[in-house]
Amino acid sequence: MKGAPSTFRINALRLALLAVILIAWQLASGTLVPIFFISEPTAIAAQLYIWIADGSLFFHTLITATEAFAGFFLGGALGICTGVLLGRVKLLADLLDPFIMAFYSLPKIALAPLFILWIGIGMDMKIALTAVIVFFLVFLNTYTGVRNVSRELIAILSLMGANERHVLTKVVIPSAITWVFAGLRISVPYALIGAIVGELIASNRGLGYLLTSSAGQFDTSGVFAALIAIMILAFILNTFVKLVEKKAMPWKSFEATRDVTI
Amino acid sequence: MGNALIRFAGVGKTFNSSERIVCAVENVDLDIARGELITIVGPSGCGKSTLLNMAAGLFQPSAGAVFYDGAEVTAYNLKTGYITQNDHLLPWRDVAGNIAVPMEIQSRSRPDIRSRLEELVGLVGLNGFERSYPSQLSGGMRKRTALARLLAYDPETLLMDEPFAALDAQLRLNMQIELLKISRRLNKTIIFVTHDLDEAVALGDRCVVFSPRPGTIRQIIKSPLPRDRDLLQLRHDPSYIALTADLWDIITPTLAQTRGEAN
Repeated sequence: MKGAPSTFRINALRLALLAVILIAWQLASGTLVPIFFISEPTAIAAQLYIWIADGSLFFHTLITATEAFAGFFLGGALGICTGVLLGRVKLLADLLDPFIMAFYSLPKIALAPLFILWIGIGMDMKIALTAVIVFFLVFLNTYTGVRNVSRELIAILSLMGANERHVLTKVVIPSAITWVFAGLRISVPYALIGAIVGELIASNRGLGYLLTSSAGQFDTSGVFAALIAIMILAFILNTFVKLVEKKAMPWKSFEATRDVTI
Repeated sequence: MGNALIRFAGVGKTFNSSERIVCAVENVDLDIARGELITIVGPSGCGKSTLLNMAAGLFQPSAGAVFYDGAEVTAYNLKTGYITQNDHLLPWRDVAGNIAVPMEIQSRSRPDIRSRLEELVGLVGLNGFERSYPSQLSGGMRKRTALARLLAYDPETLLMDEPFAALDAQLRLNMQIELLKISRRLNKTIIFVTHDLDEAVALGDRCVVFSPRPGTIRQIIKSPLPRDRDLLQLRHDPSYIALTADLWDIITPTLAQTRGEAN
């Protein structure tokens, strides 16, 4: 594409923007805004360095990452299976629709106390909470995707003698996969919400714990450092989903890069 | 035609949409013998595709019945292969993958699929495009892919809805020759819908002319051309020229009628 800036240039500009923000932050703290409220980049970096050096950042991140990943996979897998099943079996979908919508409109975080009662305050609780949140997002997307499969394509394959398994693997799943990944992508931040909020409510480990304990000690640098760690974790999860998406839908990258013709 | 493979007996079809009831075809009686190549011509919207849909069993007629090999068609007719106006390729599969679909459904062995694939890709002239996705192909190439896919599963009857409409003249002639060869060699029964009167005459053993909506059979013309005709020499054949002229004469009044309808 002509006229579009090169990757190198756009990256350089991004770095410059980041530098400007950090410098402005550094200058503002202690002058415009008290350090207590916004800390300062150097102090946050120092705090991060301490946590990295003593291994605690790695330890807590690993805990939160495990919860988020496990919940994400569990909820995602269940969501996809349920979505495909209900998408293909109209009767079941009609039967369950009001129940599903009732559960869907419930703020999933409100289930946390119940999960604590059932399975305690360990990692299982955070995984369950994350899984429930991710499940609904992925399920609804998958279901919509499966319902939107071209009936013509299914008819064409049926005329070739395709059975339900053929229709599923050759038409329904590849066709719905765009929707599935849309569901998975919007689930990433929610998976972290599940894990972190679970930790905020009851925990002595994980980034959510790091966050509350820093705040409890009025350690603003610690709070910001924990937030940055969470952001990095979200970025990794996002990148992971994008990579898998690209691998799973090779035909999409052609559609994105080809010249537009009408 | 005593032993018809496909029989339309008093077939009519109306579609109920929310605004109005559309009568697509009416009173269609047509017997098609095994191994026959029937071409159907008529103005657009005269229910030609509707007829093919009913032969494939996608839906039932509202009046009369369609019989295939003596039995009424009530479900998807797996003896037929259908190439629709829209190519309906799987966008997530490349050309080779699309052509392979029916063979995978038939659970044929991998080497078998591969060798047949090579044959078919060569036949429709798509060499070098095996790994291209439908979105990367031109309309004509997509049509050819759909045609190769149809031939891949070798159904007893081919239902073809303007399959060559998007092709250039040379390629179209090649495909016509190929189709005729297949129909003769394998004794395929073919219902071929087209807008192109020349094509209808060139290919058909019989040519069915439809009236505008509601589509009824206006005339059935039996082709005087031999079954193993040479399409390359056809342009000079007086009976071909005469038949094409006849067809034009039959169609022309209906053209005026459709025009009048539009005004």
